[in-house]
Amino acid sequence: MIPRLLWPEQDFDPSAPLPGRWEELSQDLSLATLFGAMAGDDEYLRSVVPKVVLQSVTDPAVVRYRQEVLTDCFQHPEVAEELYRLAVRAHLAEREAWGFGDTPDSVLYRSVRLLKLLLPLMRQLRAIADTHRSTFRSAGFRRLFDSIVAELDAPFFAEVEGHIGRLESPKSLLVSVRLGPGNKAVEPVLRTARQTRRSWTERIFPRRSPYSFELPERDESGLRALRDFENRGIASAARAVERSVGHVQRFFSLLRSEVGFYLAALRLRSTLSAAGLAVCLPTPLPTAQGALSADGLYEVCLALASHRAVVPNDLRADGVRLVLITGANEGGKSTFLRALGLSLLMLQAGLFVPARQMTASLGLGFYTHFKREEDAAMEGGKLDEELKRMSQIADRIRPGCFLLCNESFASTNEREGSEIAEETVRAFVDAGVRVVFVTHLYDLAERLVGRAAPSTLFLRAERTEDGRRTFRILEGAPLVTSFGEDLYHRVFEERTSPPEGSPTTS
Amino acid sequence: MDAEPRADVLPLGTGRAFADGAGPAAPAAPTFASILFLDPARSPPPADPRVLTDLNLDQVISALSKGREEYDLVPLLSVPLPDLDSIAYRQAVFRDLESEPIRAAVESFASGMASMRHALGLVQKLRNEFQRARWHLEAVQEYGRAVPQLVQALGAAAPRSDGLRSLLLYLRAYVDSGPFRSLVTDAGRLRSELDGITYCVLVEGRRVTVSRYSGEADYGSEIEATFRRFPQGTTPNRQFRRTAWDDMDPVEEEIQEQVARVFSPTFASLRTFPARHPDFADPAVVRFDREVEFYLAYLEMVRRLRAGGLEFSYPEVSDRSKQLDVRQAFDLALAEKLRNQRARVVVNDVMLDGPERIAVVSGPNNGGKTTFARMFGQLLYLARLGGPVPGSSARLFLTDRIFTHFERVERTTEMRGKLMDELVRVREILRDATDRSAIVLNETFASATVHDALFLGRRVLEEVRSRDALCVYVTFLDELSTLGPETVSVVSQVAPDDPEVRTFRVVRQPADGRAYATTLARKYGLTYDRVRSRVGP
Repeated sequence: MIPRLLWPEQDFDPSAPLPGRWEELSQDLSLATLFGAMAGDDEYLRSVVPKVVLQSVTDPAVVRYRQEVLTDCFQHPEVAEELYRLAVRAHLAEREAWGFGDTPDSVLYRSVRLLKLLLPLMRQLRAIADTHRSTFRSAGFRRLFDSIVAELDAPFFAEVEGHIGRLESPKSLLVSVRLGPGNKAVEPVLRTARQTRRSWTERIFPRRSPYSFELPERDESGLRALRDFENRGIASAARAVERSVGHVQRFFSLLRSEVGFYLAALRLRSTLSAAGLAVCLPTPLPTAQGALSADGLYEVCLALASHRAVVPNDLRADGVRLVLITGANEGGKSTFLRALGLSLLMLQAGLFVPARQMTASLGLGFYTHFKREEDAAMEGGKLDEELKRMSQIADRIRPGCFLLCNESFASTNEREGSEIAEETVRAFVDAGVRVVFVTHLYDLAERLVGRAAPSTLFLRAERTEDGRRTFRILEGAPLVTSFGEDLYHRVFEERTSPPEGSPTTS
Repeated sequence: MDAEPRADVLPLGTGRAFADGAGPAAPAAPTFASILFLDPARSPPPADPRVLTDLNLDQVISALSKGREEYDLVPLLSVPLPDLDSIAYRQAVFRDLESEPIRAAVESFASGMASMRHALGLVQKLRNEFQRARWHLEAVQEYGRAVPQLVQALGAAAPRSDGLRSLLLYLRAYVDSGPFRSLVTDAGRLRSELDGITYCVLVEGRRVTVSRYSGEADYGSEIEATFRRFPQGTTPNRQFRRTAWDDMDPVEEEIQEQVARVFSPTFASLRTFPARHPDFADPAVVRFDREVEFYLAYLEMVRRLRAGGLEFSYPEVSDRSKQLDVRQAFDLALAEKLRNQRARVVVNDVMLDGPERIAVVSGPNNGGKTTFARMFGQLLYLARLGGPVPGSSARLFLTDRIFTHFERVERTTEMRGKLMDELVRVREILRDATDRSAIVLNETFASATVHDALFLGRRVLEEVRSRDALCVYVTFLDELSTLGPETVSVVSQVAPDDPEVRTFRVVRQPADGRAYATTLARKYGLTYDRVRSRVGP
């Protein structure tokens, strides 16, 4: 009996290591905005959502499994919310039963109390499963509800009540012990006394064992020592109850995070709908196929931050291993790069994506190498810092991963930067990494055009005849200048005002 | 080399008494005295603590003895050996202990002996008779395991050193002796009886009843069975923290009394155990346990520095040739300090060839000059401890004494007073130094005027030269490096392309402009080939 709404074969593991260099990925793609929109003001979801999203799924079947569960939640939001509330109450029960002390008697007392609080929640869980079992379609929910019905049956509830009764009012303690170092008692185990038949004489005159003693009534220190012994004696049972309650809590905790993630997805969806933004369930394909295409792709974080439509773009990059994006400064190159990265991450979290249509082969990992603004804690020069980061990426990145570069190696002169960039990009691509590279290093673009393979796609930020930017990214070979002169004029002579939907950063 | 006595004909041991009242079985029984000293009767004088401080060897010694305080290693580490045979004796033991099986054998013996001492400590501390007897039994068992295991493992590992071979010979006879065997047998029998006891305690109010355990079910397992249908929680199997007193409270004692009655034959045997085996540990074994820690400590340091990519080697020590040749040496104290900061110390060669006796070290400040001087002194000292020294290869001279003078910044006496102090110390050194001595002078006379410093430096070096002593002289005065064939100039280096960057290389020639800068990209492994091979597949 286990939720498994995120992974068909494994539990969500909040402590699983996040992928290498996830901090940079988060920073470069402004993931905090996305996570914030999903989690809302639910502190708990704020910690769960990033983990689920960053632990990207690389198996198309698992993506589809989540898409089904998400669809169920979308169709029965009230049931998903009821399950989530139940899980939250189980969590709050822990706080209610909380108490001082980590001695066996206090642990036992606390655990039994918690068990008594969890008992009605387990009964409610059973009731929900009974009611809704037939209306849910996804494999994930069907299995969960079926197992609840099978496991939380009447005999189980009877056994639990029996344990609670016995642990709350014990009459005597029978403890087995062995001789440890220094003859001290070790391995104490609480035992169930044998039910012995006694004759009527024994019942009237119980036979006293010769190996026994009785503490005098006023012997305070002796009685304290005896309580101490008892405390050690019940330790094994206290441990067992605590662990058992932990199992129950773990179930509710998994339920909370897994159902919670889908509730967060619903919240994001309704926010985007309210802004009139379209989303779709994308088609996941195996990594090896190298598929990548989308219609009406937009940058979801920018949309969330500006509360309005942002310029959408189409992309046809099936079989492409290197996408090189050039063109005007502030022309939407970085925005496009982020839109692509965000959509892929969302797809691989099992979410819908900000596009009218999207089909993509799953990346085995995501790495970003974005131009950094001046860094106070920098050791060594800027180029040194850039190279160091790229080297750290090279240590981790593997074939089948995505590498998103934004103005990499722009911190040195164009000739040197292009040389380094060409060599590393070519090596990554040849090794099987899918690279999307935004650059205004014309020398680099020229080198890559010169050796252009069919697996290279050149994109260019559009600029109209009169120098205005449309923020559309179209197919096209690099042009000679990057329009820096335009920008100069614009900034220094304020010839034109920024157009609608202009990105705030480049 | 002198024909000193070898380990296989060692003088008889230190008048040890045999435990359990038995003497050596036969007159030919092997004996063993010391794993550290060829001639334990003659103890060499300790080194001058000022010198150890100047060379930062005090830091090395305290790093070596840290965590091993009970072995009292400091006196052992502060005594350099006086002759080549003694050094050879230790070097052979060191080499043996570098072999993994031998080291493992000795380390496991040492940890057994530590457990024995711990148990004996409790025998002293506790009151309850049964408890004291139980800890005495524990001590005997630790000892009874440690010694035969050492014999077994050491025998299998076949040591080649005289020291360990004669130890093995001695221990073989010892563990085969009747008293040792009956000690072990008696302890083992009693222990397995005690381990076989499981008893039950029934508590009903104030009444406590003890009985033999007879298969009553574990209630905790019954509870866990009920909840097995849930996912396995992350709640760890709680270990209840208890102040684990070694002694017993009145109830524990009373329960033990009842247990002793339920299992009376076993407890009767336990009661008399200490009297049956009072002073069971052999003194030669006890001495070996302490002394071998010297080797273990030293080799542990060697191992952790080797793991960081540094090399150690056994020096070829001569008492005639003063030609020194140590490759890739380093300052041991600095290496340890940098290791803690996850950095690696820069290595340097030390070479005195032909008539050369005096290395005059100059060059930019903070470039590694003082470190070089310390390293020089350390190498000569460490060679006399008998262990491997920092460096990939080492040829060293057996000095009779090492003298040092390091400028002390903390002494803020007026300049005249300071120069005076320095001269007094240097005079003292020159008075005692022989043609077998080494003298390390670091920034001596640095506070004097150039004119004075040059004058004094020349005079001092002339004195050193006339004694034919070995010397390192750290100075800011280039002129001192060209006084004659006995002096050789050594210069600390900067990076050729960036004078702000110290390389901490100290070499015999001035900088030769050797290419330093590789491209930054190359440095980060960002060439086509490197990236491809790093990414795979």
